[in-house]
Amino acid sequence: MTTPADSSALQVRGLWKIFGPKAERLIGTPDAALSRAELQRKSGHVIGVRDVSFDVAPGEVFVVMGLSGSGKSTLVRLLTRLIEPTAGTVVLDGQELTAMDDAALRQVRRDKISMVFQHFGLLPHRKVIDNVAFGLEIRGDNKTNRRARAQNMINLVGLSGYEQNFPDQLSGGMQQRVGLARALAGDPAVLMFDEPFSALDPLIRRDMQKEVIRLHDEVGKTMVFITHDLDEALKLGDRILIMRDGEIVQIGQPDEIIGAPADDYVRDFVADVNKAHVLTLRWVMRPPSSDLEGVGAPTLNQSTIVRTAARTVLAHQGVVRVVDDAGSFVGVVDDEDILRVVVAEQDHE
Amino acid sequence: MTTTTSPGVTRRGRAAAAPPAIDPRPRWQPALVILLVWFVVWLFTRGHDTLVLLGRDKTSVMNALNDFRDHMLAGRDTNPLMRITGALADAFRSMVTWLQRLISIPAEPRPVPRIGWLGVTAVATWLGYALANWRIALLTLGTFVSFGLFGYWSDSMDLLIIVGVSVLICVVIGLPLGILAGTKKRANGVIEPVLDLLQTMPTFVYLLPIVLFFGIGAASAVVATMLYAVPPLIRIAAHGIRSVPATMIEVADSLGQTRWQRLRTVQLPIAKRTIIVGLNQTTMAALSMATIASFVDGPGLGKPVLAGLRINDVGTALIPGLLIVAIAIMLDRGTTAASERADVIARGGGLKPPVHRALLVGGGLAAVAALWLSTQKFWAAEFTDRGIGRRIANVADHAVDSVTSSISPFTGSIKDGITYGLLNPLQSFIAESPWWLAFLAIAALAFVLGGWKSFVPALACLAGIRFFGEWHNAMITLAMTLVATLLCMAIAVVVGVAMARSPRTDLAVRPFLDAGQTIPAFVYLVPVLALFGPSRFTGIIAALAYAAPVAIKLVADGVKGVSATTMEAARSTGASRLQQIRKVQLPMARASLVLATNQGLLFVLAMAVIAGMVGAGALGYDVVLGTTRSEEWGKGAAAGITIVLLGILLDRIARRAAEPAPKETQWLSLPRGRR
Ligand SMILES: Nc1ncnc2c1ncn2[C@@H]1O[C@H](COP(=O)(O)OP(=O)(O)OP(=O)(O)O)[C@@H](O)[C@H]1O
Ligand SMILES: [Mg+2]
Repeated sequence: MTTPADSSALQVRGLWKIFGPKAERLIGTPDAALSRAELQRKSGHVIGVRDVSFDVAPGEVFVVMGLSGSGKSTLVRLLTRLIEPTAGTVVLDGQELTAMDDAALRQVRRDKISMVFQHFGLLPHRKVIDNVAFGLEIRGDNKTNRRARAQNMINLVGLSGYEQNFPDQLSGGMQQRVGLARALAGDPAVLMFDEPFSALDPLIRRDMQKEVIRLHDEVGKTMVFITHDLDEALKLGDRILIMRDGEIVQIGQPDEIIGAPADDYVRDFVADVNKAHVLTLRWVMRPPSSDLEGVGAPTLNQSTIVRTAARTVLAHQGVVRVVDDAGSFVGVVDDEDILRVVVAEQDHE
Repeated sequence: MTTTTSPGVTRRGRAAAAPPAIDPRPRWQPALVILLVWFVVWLFTRGHDTLVLLGRDKTSVMNALNDFRDHMLAGRDTNPLMRITGALADAFRSMVTWLQRLISIPAEPRPVPRIGWLGVTAVATWLGYALANWRIALLTLGTFVSFGLFGYWSDSMDLLIIVGVSVLICVVIGLPLGILAGTKKRANGVIEPVLDLLQTMPTFVYLLPIVLFFGIGAASAVVATMLYAVPPLIRIAAHGIRSVPATMIEVADSLGQTRWQRLRTVQLPIAKRTIIVGLNQTTMAALSMATIASFVDGPGLGKPVLAGLRINDVGTALIPGLLIVAIAIMLDRGTTAASERADVIARGGGLKPPVHRALLVGGGLAAVAALWLSTQKFWAAEFTDRGIGRRIANVADHAVDSVTSSISPFTGSIKDGITYGLLNPLQSFIAESPWWLAFLAIAALAFVLGGWKSFVPALACLAGIRFFGEWHNAMITLAMTLVATLLCMAIAVVVGVAMARSPRTDLAVRPFLDAGQTIPAFVYLVPVLALFGPSRFTGIIAALAYAAPVAIKLVADGVKGVSATTMEAARSTGASRLQQIRKVQLPMARASLVLATNQGLLFVLAMAVIAGMVGAGALGYDVVLGTTRSEEWGKGAAAGITIVLLGILLDRIARRAAEPAPKETQWLSLPRGRR
């Protein structure tokens, strides 16, 4: 899914963050090309994010993932300039964030971007409804409007009835719902999540992931979602950016990441994943021996997920035809191809 | 001197986090050698060049100080600084007088204040109920009634007025400064050292310059009280703002907050609790200083206490002293309860059931009625003195006499033991040395114990002390301070370790320590004086009573901070209880011990001045004299400066001497230290 740059919701070019006193002067010198460890040893500077460029399309869920310390939090904060970039540009909706003065930036943060934080960041002295309305209050909406809007958001995230509670009276999952509602309240163009569910236990995490998917379907916002959990990334992401030591290792759709890992780092990452749930037919089909192979057999789109296709393929004797979005015949799959993915999985487990 | 003791907030709090347990440098041997040489030389030269200043003798420096004062006073109408302080003094004075006419002294042409005791008591009680709870209301009622019952209505009101006005000014000045210090690193860099200075200076030393600029009376009392009470508020408010979690600041930023919005909606609300703690500390500090301000003729309950102390009449000092304690308890409990309730209300709880609301409204109406009555009826305005106070004072006198005489063999033996066994030898050693001998020896000690970094300030301080001409008195005060600090630390270690090792002991002892810290310093003198009579020893005991609670708490908390795993490891090696304490807990709590010693020193030194008037003599006596007698101002100022110099001298040596050895030595001594 490559989008023309001018229509993208978010456009990032050559973004750098180096922590340390003389960070600016390092950009462009040979030192900037050193590995993170070497640079730190040599000059005490730490590379947070190194030369990152990508685009996010409107309405897309863009997931950034990587191990702890790979620079995910730094990256997402650079996007809103909660951390000042050392170099590079960020363009949001055609406006260059990195060139703005403080007042303009504040306005963008009030209207266009909101963030959901790992530790929720709720204000303990405010009730749920006032926490949700907080951003609206900041930008000066009047009281009736913001109450009404906040109430809508609370209903949207399923917290009706808890408006008058204080944050510490809610469970972790509910607190993060408040965080979500607060982020949605300002009706931003882009939502940023920094590992929003890492602090929650697995069951609640699953609920919350569903919640995000549902919200995305309902409100259709562009989302940048940080996580270190591959399952989460695969479940939510339209596209996934994998980071290591501040650098991009690979950007791609979930099946691309699983089907064609860019290197061993990514391969290690995806080793444990339930491939049948992610891989599409495109990654298991083989080219047809002739245009006529499997004529009369069922036809499946190449972006069908293997698990979904399994029933059809296994039920049919012989090969099944695979077509692309335009309907042209691109390949065939048989029981063998499907079983390889599914059984490999079981072997693994 | 600080009233705050939670290590996170005191100014040397950072030291508490210092690396633990490293062998001290082997620098005690050279120190012992110096002491030995000092002793030998002392044997042959004692009594020479001791620079004793007899009676009203003054040095030329002291006379010059007097001349300076006269010069300043003569320029009262031309010197811009004097004119500003003069105008401020007038403002404070008229504010206090107005309030006094309102509730404390006759408002001409009325023979009574505008609002009489009944009105004031009723309103105060109602406030206690409205802001806190019925228990506080009862406490307030009892306290206010006892003011009148014992015949100290006016003095009590005066004290409350001084405290109230000072705290108000503290809030107006302190809160913005605290916020500034909490949000701006650079501002903090300026404010912090000033607070350090204010808090290290013994209370009393403020008074002399303040009197010069603000004159004797209410204005000086307000200014001194304010200066003494504002640092905790600034420090704690800044601390509160600074400890707002970074994540919340980030949230605020991500929503596009301006600085002002951030302060108003995030930082202040979250820091509110801490700020209220600061306010409580400031109030208590203000009460403490407002009583001491009676030395400069500040109105209030301190006056009768002082009068009693001056003539060693414990009976007279006792009742106003107890009233001060009652006020302390009332203010402490009241502000704490009020803040807790404010919390509950802010969280939407505490909605009062109808009965309470009725009580609130009814009580309010009753208070207004009482107020009106007290402006109309003489009996409701003037508390008829039934002589209860005098009678109790007499009874107290007798009781004190009989108690003192019955336990005097006991107290006497403690007193004699410490006086002859510790104080006298030390004093004759230090103060009977020729000045140059003590000078050189102390400077040398500073060098071997703390290196250049304590040698240079020590030299400067010693030179200053010599210059201001109070050498002999300084040495006497030094001897007293050393003895008191030594005793203080001995007590602190014994009690502190006991508290740390047994939660039950902690539970039993801590309330007394808390109480000890809430009671204004001045009041300690009364019972101590009753027990031991006027002497240097009395001064030492008063200083101990004042300094020990802080030191004990610091030691207890430090020892308790030694991690459970470390202790378990120690136990697993089969260490006995004493070995555990000596080899593990005390060395690891070393930072706290250092902090406790430092704070103990400062507290002792602060008390040494006040103790000057119960027979401790020396520097304290001269300072006290300087505040009361115009022609002794210069001498008092010299003595005051000398106390400050002495404080810095001791502080520098103690702090550096206790610091861990430099890196290389650390390495060398590590294996040995860990055995
Ligand atoms: N303010 C800072 N100063 C110096 N180095 C920093 C700073 N903030 C982050 N770093 C470094 O930048 C690197 C990336 O940190 P970042 O917090 O972005 O990682 P992350 O991928 O979010 O990790 P995690 O999963 O643990 O949250 C780390 O090595 C970190 O030590
Ligand atoms: Mg992170």
